[in-house]
Amino acid sequence: MNELIEILPLANSLAKIWFALPLVIAISLVYGATRHEYMSDIVIQSYRSLIWVVGFMAIIFAIIFLAGFWN
Amino acid sequence: MVEVVYPQEHGKTVRVELRDPYWAAFLAWMWPGAGHIYQRRYGKGLLFMVCILSIFIFGLWLGRGRVVYASFERGDFRWQYICQLGAGLVALPAIVQSVKTRDGGDPFLVLCERYPEGSGMGKSFRQIPPDVVDSGSGLPSRTYKDGFMAPPAGPIDQNEVDVLGMWHFEMKHMFEMGTLYCVIAGLLNLLAIYDAFTGPAILTAEQREKIEAKKKKKKGAVDAPDRAGDTSQRSGS
Repeated sequence: MNELIEILPLANSLAKIWFALPLVIAISLVYGATRHEYMSDIVIQSYRSLIWVVGFMAIIFAIIFLAGFWN
Repeated sequence: MVEVVYPQEHGKTVRVELRDPYWAAFLAWMWPGAGHIYQRRYGKGLLFMVCILSIFIFGLWLGRGRVVYASFERGDFRWQYICQLGAGLVALPAIVQSVKTRDGGDPFLVLCERYPEGSGMGKSFRQIPPDVVDSGSGLPSRTYKDGFMAPPAGPIDQNEVDVLGMWHFEMKHMFEMGTLYCVIAGLLNLLAIYDAFTGPAILTAEQREKIEAKKKKKKGAVDAPDRAGDTSQRSGS
């Protein structure tokens, strides 16, 4: 229970992570557009980039989250 | 007139007409997407325009019009502005404001006025309420004015309370978030400028084949020891 209370401030700061979403979408689209000429290819490339970026962020988040339990 | 051709599989090609690449790159810097529209690549032009400008404007809104400013003085070297300048025309008012306020002048488009009061740790730069500003009465003889895209007024000292410190205090993490958004918008436009100048980085059929061959070679190198391991196990049994 105490551990849960300790990570409550983290839940509060999690709201800030939504600010990353527009950035990730814009970055994926622009990067996709620099790799392809046609819109269908751009969308596919952007989707892949988006998954990569979000996946990478999730891994980093998991590592930092788990590191919090390390004493 | 410059045209880039990317040979693809099955004899297909992707042709991109760059027209005048230098002019297109300049337009792309001036207004995100304008270079592509000049090259008649309307879809991509619109995509760059929407993505980059929306990110920039959203960042500016988060930072209440204060996160894009040009100041290269001691104590406030705004390196982020160099990145933000990549967004082009939309970042240029900061230079006008910087020149206007260089010798203590008032900026264009005043957002608020502040009381420079107290000294040392008790120093403060509180905002003057709008009704006091409107009436004109009760205003101190000397005020600091926050301007749209203008550098913070007054001296900047890391060991003292100053206007820049007040911006951080008032906006909390939104100041950094807004700065980040505008920086990324500027950097993304560099990619768009590169695309307008040289065309997209599309892989040709030949390049794809090379990559595939490399992958197969790597896979073969990984599989070979496995197979060798299998045969040795079998021979052992």
